[in-house]
Amino acid sequence: MTKSDATEASVRAQVRAWLEANWDPELGLVEWRNRLIDSGWGVPGWPNAWFGRELPAALEAVVAEETRRIGAVGVARSGVRSLAAATLLAHGDDFHKAKFLRRSLTGEDNWCQLFSEPGSGSDLAGASTRAEFKDGRWVINGQKVWTTSAHHADWGMLLARTDPNVPKHLGLSYFILQIDQPGVEVRPLRQMNGHASFNQVFFTDAEVPPEHLVAKVGDGWAVATTTLMHERRGADGFNVRVQASDRKGRIYEEERAEIATAMEPYKWYPQRAGRVDLIVERAKATGAINDPVARQEIAKLLVLAKSAEFTSRRARTAQAAGKPPGPEGSLGKLAASHVARAAAHVHTLISGADAMLTGEDGPMDGVIAEILVSVPAVSIAGGTDEIQRNIIAERVLGMPKEPRTDNDRPFRDVPKN
Amino acid sequence: MQFSFTPEQDEFRSVLRRFLQEKSPPAAVRRWMETEAGWDREGWRALNDQLGLTGVHIPESFGGQGFGFVELGIVLEEMGRALLCAPYFSSTVLAATAIMNAASEVQKTALLPPIALGETIATLAFTEPNGRWDSSGIEATATPVGGGYRLDGVKSFVLDGHTADLIVVAARRPGTAGDEGLSLFTVAGDAPGLTRRALKVLDPTRKQARLEFRSVESELLGEEGGGAGPLARTLAQAAMCLANEMVGGAERLRESALDYANLRVQFGRPIASFQSMKHKQADMLLEVQLAKSAAYAAASAAAEEDADWPALASLAKAGASEAYLRAAIDNIQIHGCIGFTCDNDTHLWFKRAKSSEVFLGGPEWHRELMLRGMGL
Ligand SMILES: Cc1cc2nc3c(=O)[nH]c(=O)nc-3n(C[C@H](O)[C@H](O)[C@H](O)COP(=O)(O)OP(=O)(O)OC[C@H]3O[C@@H](n4cnc5c(N)ncnc54)[C@H](O)[C@@H]3O)c2cc1C
Repeated sequence: MTKSDATEASVRAQVRAWLEANWDPELGLVEWRNRLIDSGWGVPGWPNAWFGRELPAALEAVVAEETRRIGAVGVARSGVRSLAAATLLAHGDDFHKAKFLRRSLTGEDNWCQLFSEPGSGSDLAGASTRAEFKDGRWVINGQKVWTTSAHHADWGMLLARTDPNVPKHLGLSYFILQIDQPGVEVRPLRQMNGHASFNQVFFTDAEVPPEHLVAKVGDGWAVATTTLMHERRGADGFNVRVQASDRKGRIYEEERAEIATAMEPYKWYPQRAGRVDLIVERAKATGAINDPVARQEIAKLLVLAKSAEFTSRRARTAQAAGKPPGPEGSLGKLAASHVARAAAHVHTLISGADAMLTGEDGPMDGVIAEILVSVPAVSIAGGTDEIQRNIIAERVLGMPKEPRTDNDRPFRDVPKN
Repeated sequence: MQFSFTPEQDEFRSVLRRFLQEKSPPAAVRRWMETEAGWDREGWRALNDQLGLTGVHIPESFGGQGFGFVELGIVLEEMGRALLCAPYFSSTVLAATAIMNAASEVQKTALLPPIALGETIATLAFTEPNGRWDSSGIEATATPVGGGYRLDGVKSFVLDGHTADLIVVAARRPGTAGDEGLSLFTVAGDAPGLTRRALKVLDPTRKQARLEFRSVESELLGEEGGGAGPLARTLAQAAMCLANEMVGGAERLRESALDYANLRVQFGRPIASFQSMKHKQADMLLEVQLAKSAAYAAASAAAEEDADWPALASLAKAGASEAYLRAAIDNIQIHGCIGFTCDNDTHLWFKRAKSSEVFLGGPEWHRELMLRGMGL
């Protein structure tokens, strides 16, 4: 079937028939995912040449719906792996795609994003971790920080400086770095919500083989931009939540184990988005739903959250299959920050005095407290709100760029901390 | 109403600030907040021996310093700024004020001096698990037995309730509701029939407890059935105090955000040079100044017993709640990811801001109280 003759009805019938014939909860997780990948129903939006069917987003959603309906486990998607996959699909060569895409979808490989550094966060192009070519290999020295799930990762997407003598954006290259090697040290960092999902990563003569360079030397910024666009689009708060199924069967057990380990760093992510899904339930449970002041605040939040959801649905539907997301993903990300903060406010209002309590003493066994202390991450992770506003103003609206003094001279001459 | 501080008050503030900078740096806050009690006897003693803070607004005739709410406000603002871990709000602000408002002269003579000296740690137990911040939420009962009263019921969100030596408890005559039949009682912290449990709190720098009373012997404070007025008065004074404490924290967050913005370089320049950062900083200053002015005005009005002082107390609490939380959110945002870590100190103030937002009633509640206080 080509994408032109795919209709909702035909896709639904086909995927349903395939799932009914093939889905078996007693299969191993990796075995099942390999079958799903081979069938083209695992990532139907991907290119035909790489496990997909080039279906538009609307029809991908139909496939997801059918998969959920039958209770089948999908490909491993969440976390940084999908950013890595999207980046490799866009910029990787056939060697990269063959080596990494399948194992990422099966969940055998975990990924992390080695972008931010102590000296370069918003100013990602200011990365100073060095990559030097010596004796046929790339040798890496420097430090990354805030690296989510580096402690579970097999591979990292690494943005590193290959030439400090040219302007900052021109001297960067993009690598795939193996985490488990002597020159890489991962140290956990604790967050204000008590979790330790991100890390510091130190490189001391870490090595990358030449075939793990993505795109050309000096093209790192363009590749990193692709990763970021996908990250921002994915940050519109409109993600399907990963939840362990309580069903019986070998595959569900393996999935539960995966959620408890590789997915562990993301346990609090639903809370950082504000858990709008809990608002009405909580308002009923506490009686706040009968309070006219609370009702207004709840309604305001729902107006905002629903409008944000519809906006991202529109954006996703409008996006043709295979076309990379553009800077407008920043709108969805900014909306998600507003929603999260408003939700924290309304959860506080609904919980009243109980908002001061946490753990078993707190409402919903501490879930509400976790929302209150996790929401501040949303407006920082994946590019701060201020950076999203700059992107919207300059790249979406075409407003004049800020005068800059840092990208017209060799990187080594740019002031840094 | 007083719109400036006297030179003596300014001097008092700077002495206090230096003292707290030295005695309660963030490293000490982190150490104390990890303990079950949440504060440290040594530090507490120094506070009282050197500066007599625990008795600041208690009359000299009852062993205190004899200052008023303006001085108490200054103390709280500085403590909020330093995020001092101490049973000060519970003992000096809530309990001592409640005793001053409700007790007979004889009782004041007996109860206040050890609190003023910091030897007795007292607290006020009035809120119950229903989380209401006025007399309508009080269900605990006081039954006359022999010459005294037996208390039954559950109190929650009691500041330092698990460590206090003396507890002032609000309870009612069985069968009454609202303001009617309400009285205040005192109970020893180790009284038989009283079960105390530390609660798991969002803000580890201020501990709270849940207290269960099962036929606990108590002593009536003031007049039987006459507790509603003194309690309401105490809560309004406490709201004013909390507002002053909160603006101290908010100001500190504003300053540390500015310091960081001046230091941090991105894109080859300090982030403070970006206009959006400047606007954020300017807005923060505006909000903190508005909240501070309201908190100072409320303290002055309470000190002078201006007719509208309770309305101003609520005005100040509502304003401070929003300004403090806003400053905390903006401070983290200006720090970027480092502001979201445990290593950075911002989250300590963030959690205090969140908890103070709802303690003694959230901004919605205090806006309502303000209107009522204005006769609307
Ligand atoms: C939960 C979480 C997970 C993360 N996971 C990862 C990860 O896996 N991998 C990774 O590489 N990174 C990760 N990050 C880091 C994240 O990408 C950075 O924190 C972010 O890009 C901001 O950088 P920074 O923290 O250095 O802040 P800074 O860049 O120092 O920003 C400080 C402040 O300055 C403002 N500012 C900076 N530049 C401008 C400007 N031009 N105009 C106006 N304001 C400006 C910012 O908006 C912010 O308010 C994670 C962050 C969080 C919170």
